[in-house]
Amino acid sequence: MSRTTDAVDLTAIVTAAIEKHGRRPDAFIPILLEIDEQYGYVPGEAIRLVRKSVNRPEEQVMVSEGQLYGLASFYDMLATEKTGRHVVRFCESAPCHVQGGRELWKALQETLNLKAGETDTNSRFTLKTVSCLGVCGVGPVLLIDDDLYGNVTPEQLNDILARYE
Amino acid sequence: MKFKRSMVLVSNDPQSVRLGANAVFSQFQKELAAFELTDEVALSQFSESERSDALPMVIIYPEASAYGPVKESDVHRIVEEHLYKGRIVQDLLAPVKELSGQVRWLEGRKGTLPMEHRIITRRVGRIDPENIEEYIAEDGYQALAKALSMTPMQVIEELEASGLQGRGGAGFPAGRKWRFVAGAEGAKKYVVCNADESEPGTFKDRVIMEGDPHSIIEAMTIAAYAIGAEEGYIYVRGEYKLVQNRLLRAIEQAKEFGLLGQNIMETGFNFTLHVHSGAGAYVCGEETALLESIEGKRGEPRARPPYPTTHGLWGKPTLVNNVETLANVPPILLNGAQWYRSFGAPSSPGTKCYTIMGNVNFRGLIEVPMGITLREVIAIYGQGMKDGATFKLAQTGGSSGSIIPASLQDTPMDFESFKKAGVSLGSGALLICDERTCVVDLVYTLSKFFQFESCGKCTPCRLGTQHLHETIGRMTRAEASPEELQQIEEMVTEMERVSNCGLGQTAGTPFRNMMKHFREEVDAHVIEKICPAGVCSMIPEPVLE
Repeated sequence: MSRTTDAVDLTAIVTAAIEKHGRRPDAFIPILLEIDEQYGYVPGEAIRLVRKSVNRPEEQVMVSEGQLYGLASFYDMLATEKTGRHVVRFCESAPCHVQGGRELWKALQETLNLKAGETDTNSRFTLKTVSCLGVCGVGPVLLIDDDLYGNVTPEQLNDILARYE
Repeated sequence: MKFKRSMVLVSNDPQSVRLGANAVFSQFQKELAAFELTDEVALSQFSESERSDALPMVIIYPEASAYGPVKESDVHRIVEEHLYKGRIVQDLLAPVKELSGQVRWLEGRKGTLPMEHRIITRRVGRIDPENIEEYIAEDGYQALAKALSMTPMQVIEELEASGLQGRGGAGFPAGRKWRFVAGAEGAKKYVVCNADESEPGTFKDRVIMEGDPHSIIEAMTIAAYAIGAEEGYIYVRGEYKLVQNRLLRAIEQAKEFGLLGQNIMETGFNFTLHVHSGAGAYVCGEETALLESIEGKRGEPRARPPYPTTHGLWGKPTLVNNVETLANVPPILLNGAQWYRSFGAPSSPGTKCYTIMGNVNFRGLIEVPMGITLREVIAIYGQGMKDGATFKLAQTGGSSGSIIPASLQDTPMDFESFKKAGVSLGSGALLICDERTCVVDLVYTLSKFFQFESCGKCTPCRLGTQHLHETIGRMTRAEASPEELQQIEEMVTEMERVSNCGLGQTAGTPFRNMMKHFREEVDAHVIEKICPAGVCSMIPEPVLE
């Protein structure tokens, strides 16, 4: 899945997410996850829209924008800043590390010419590290958008990355 | 491939060879041929025995009997008695080492090559996880029917009698936890399944939920009945999309069949179950952080006490159990506590799921009786070390688990024996490393994880994890001094004492295990400024003016 944030109606995304998950406090994180998935990240405007909808003092549910931003910044699957069209997540946990991850991480940074957390100038890739993805049987592991690659070697990197424009 | 019923391993390390291991090996070849057992019994060699007191050593599987020291003249008796007649030759067994415990082998394993015994993963890969009828055809929801015919207290008593211990890592008796919640004050109670599996290297819960989602739903319904709850949550980590979809589908099907929702099996008992997605935070595996997260807050652990058993979700008494723990509940109720106790070690009944990774030939999930040893896991299930390398260490239970040196590989893997040896079983990840691994580099990777995942709520963990990571980083660049190491050791002790939750309390464990078991390698980095494994750069970073 490629993430395009242009020409997408943020209000429609927020409305649909709230419709789907409801307004109770246990829906806050699912709502933000839905927005991140649809829009690519959670912009400040989305937080304002969500807050307006879920803050209902008459029902003893009091929420601030800061509280919702606190969620977006705390959880790793929620981005607060715009990312590249494709997000490359490299698992840096110990099992991948001893199974060839050390060499792969070096090669990945060199191939993309990016360090962890950076996005390239033409907004093609954002490089992130991620904690264990639970597929250690085939480490080292690379997650690009929703595509999972296992047993990856440095030699395969160019082929894999070429699939993403 | 021919199916062999037994396997004989003869030690062939240099010391064994000096003591006549080769003659023992060829004598086995002759005797097996004489008894016409060559087709049924596999014969092989192993090289990394730590038992210098009992060489040459012969280990016979599936019984895992270790004979030693074995002389050429003993071989005839071993083959005739053990392999031909099936009787263990007691007087030739190697003396039992302390901590080895008594491992009871499963009836079903006799006469076959060592294999897994599957209780909780028995349906995984055999049934269509998206079809409730296949689950029902394999005894599904029978335990629930049985439980609903018992009183809630009888259900709890059965679970207590089984001796089931929580599989999340701490090993707390599950039945006792259920009793606490059942006895807690309040009309509204919750059942929560902790499926936020994020210990690095652990993926057993994912396999169980992907392959057999109904078993968790059935177990939670039984738990709800036993403790008096009508609502429950399964908190699944955000990255497990397939798990979430399978669970949602399974819940819909269970409702259609009258096994979930209102008036379950027409008994008047109601139970509503929600699937709640995590959003990428390791600390949410800590039960109070998990509850905060469901309530729509940052996953910061609460101060304890009070415990969730009395003040849990929305302040109500809450039962929080791990996926693997819950998966044990239906088979226990269906077959009885006595049946369950026939597996594993007496102090730790049942089976345990492990995920094997690292420098071994087979990587993946196994379910084996509690109490088998690391050596057996590597030799049998891991199919030996990759490239024939030497086993150096294993890391259990993800990042907060212990580093087990090769000298402890004969310790039975159950809660009690591991505790005695000063290590922990953790969540069931087994990262097997060979001699090409540098222990400092490994601990550096682990410490990075804690630094990243610390929630930042309490100071010892927030500052401690970062300082720990930086100092170990200095070790890999030949910058750390022995004095710094001393300071870190003291700091880690304090972190364990005053951190708010398990993350900060255990973040120093890998470092401490390293200091205890790999002191020479540490000193090489700090004093001689070399990395014996040749992994660390050992190049100091330029200092900014």
